[in-house]
Amino acid sequence: MSETSLAGQVPAAATHGAETGAMAPHDLPLFELLDVEKRFTITRPTGFLKREKRSLAALDGVRLTVRRGASIALVGESGSGKSTLLRVLLGLAEPSDGKALYCGQPVNEMRARDRDFARSVAMIYQDARASLDPRMTVKALIAEPLMHFGLCGRDEVDDRVRALLARVGLPGDIAARYPAALSGGQVRRVAIARALASEPTVLIADEAVSGLDVSTQAQLLNLLRRLKREMGLTLLFITHDLGVASYLCEEIAIMYLGRIVETGPTGAVLSAPAHPYSLALRRAAPEFFAPITDPLEGEIPSPLDLPKGCRFATRCAFVEEDCRADEPVLAPIARGRSVACRHPLHEAERSAFSSGVPSPAPPDRPATGGAELSA
Amino acid sequence: MTGVSSDVVRVDAAPLLAIDGLTLERGQSRILDGVSLTLGRGETLALVGESGAGKSTIAFALMGLIGRTEARIAGKMRFDEVDDLASLNERGWSRLRGRRIAMVFQDAGAALDPCYTVGGQLVSVLRRQLGLGKREARERALALLEGVGINDPEARLSAYPHELSGGMQQRIMVAIALACNPELLLADEPTSALDVTIQAQIIRLILTEIRARGASCVFVLHDLALASQSCDRIVVLYAGQVMEAGPSRGILENPRHPYTRLLKSCVLEIGTTTLDPPEGGVPSYDDMPAGCRFATRCPNALQRCVAERPPLAPEGERLIACFNPEPRS
Repeated sequence: MSETSLAGQVPAAATHGAETGAMAPHDLPLFELLDVEKRFTITRPTGFLKREKRSLAALDGVRLTVRRGASIALVGESGSGKSTLLRVLLGLAEPSDGKALYCGQPVNEMRARDRDFARSVAMIYQDARASLDPRMTVKALIAEPLMHFGLCGRDEVDDRVRALLARVGLPGDIAARYPAALSGGQVRRVAIARALASEPTVLIADEAVSGLDVSTQAQLLNLLRRLKREMGLTLLFITHDLGVASYLCEEIAIMYLGRIVETGPTGAVLSAPAHPYSLALRRAAPEFFAPITDPLEGEIPSPLDLPKGCRFATRCAFVEEDCRADEPVLAPIARGRSVACRHPLHEAERSAFSSGVPSPAPPDRPATGGAELSA
Repeated sequence: MTGVSSDVVRVDAAPLLAIDGLTLERGQSRILDGVSLTLGRGETLALVGESGAGKSTIAFALMGLIGRTEARIAGKMRFDEVDDLASLNERGWSRLRGRRIAMVFQDAGAALDPCYTVGGQLVSVLRRQLGLGKREARERALALLEGVGINDPEARLSAYPHELSGGMQQRIMVAIALACNPELLLADEPTSALDVTIQAQIIRLILTEIRARGASCVFVLHDLALASQSCDRIVVLYAGQVMEAGPSRGILENPRHPYTRLLKSCVLEIGTTTLDPPEGGVPSYDDMPAGCRFATRCPNALQRCVAERPPLAPEGERLIACFNPEPRS
């Protein structure tokens, strides 16, 4: 496989030359996930002194290609497998099946070989405050990766720390402080500075801007945009906020229950979702003065008790008989776009919702959700 | 300090709730600084603003959850025939709290007691507040769970909170809050811990239930778009002061206060391409300006703004506290 974009993450049999023609053949993708499956075994009691072992697939047949310089948003609800996917990419969890490659080599081997993998793939954790040792000053926190990777001499540390702080928009005098003395926005900036200290090529961020005030969030998003541009970073951004995804990332991968259900350019996917789940997410995002719709019935099913056939079928407003037969695979539908749905949404169905004001569904399919509630 | 006078708002002559000049101090910090607002019967109101604005503090004060030793409260909170909520003793509160004023908390997982089953918590509220018998209370509890959209309510009654998903826990919270048909429901960020699709379900549920009961609701929200979708009126708070208040549509379509404008310009919608947030954040309580607390970050600030507090003055249907508001458009 030598695709350079998300467009290529389709089964080899279904790949047409036209879809994958846009790449330079020698340019290996940074990350490549090939049918990655990650199973966990859980034990649960079934009676007095009786236990049963069951297997739970947190990731199931995930294909994802991250080319150099890409910015990809991984979007999905809790339980969709985003964090497990992240652990596989970082080599913290080994795939039960399939391959996770970094520059063409298995991630686990790359990780075990030397420090280079850890240096070039940096991570910003969801809970920035918890990710920083409260007993270390900001200077010590940022200097740690510099010293660990031998990136500068002792005498240069002060200057490098100061430069990194400036890069993330923090004053130099913050270096002497402890994380507890910083505001939520400042703590996130320190976490970003620490991640950047090792001069990475890939920045993986897990909900890096969630739970912040809007003005702080906007400041951080602008910072990440600037860093990406200035440092040529490859960005993998886990988020549940479609607005964040569209602001920061050129490509998007939408996950549901351990599978990627739709991928493609962010703008195209969000303006015309092809998978009913993408449409449901799109409609659930708050929008000024739009009536609150009830786009999705029920909750995400337990991965221990997956529905037969398409795993979204139990909640899908457009479900048809053959959806429950077997699981659809991610297949290309347009240039750069793939969807795992037996009946991708048509133009008419999509545009019916694009204005935010739902209009009657086409006659052959039931209407989504319930009635409208206006403010 | 003027409240919203009755001719400004399209509701009954006597609002259900009228807060006038509410000030709350913890130690040297003035958390709320002369907050005034009113809420009509059957009306939904959103308190919006960034963290530290005092949104949740107002909700907690209205629920009588701020102890006398914890903070000094001045100003008045009139609720229906009760002249001032702040002057009520525990006995007075026990007649109101949970019965006429109820609250849905932000983190349902933390608000529900992990040691008791869902049924136990719901039944105890019904028995204590409404004096129902065991069987009656159980039947009512089942009906309430069904009403908030819980499948198989019989089985859920004997479940412990940790056995339920976040969305389900929040539905239980709503059921408990609605158990006694309160006249005023306080919803403190009821969906901030939930996924967006579940958020839509819960907000819809709350709106449907309070409308069916003709109750009023104060939402504490940080999402302006969500506020515009769910509430008739909004109150924009900054560092414990009311900046602008009035009908949601008018205020969000045409914000006049510079802070409202700033807040709206930071909202990220799908397809937003540029954001232009101001640098810096809310000042600490030690160096709050004596006048308008937003003056330190305000692009429109005048010399007098720092020293002198602009009054919350009516203008058309809204109230604005600003000496130099944005022009009407």
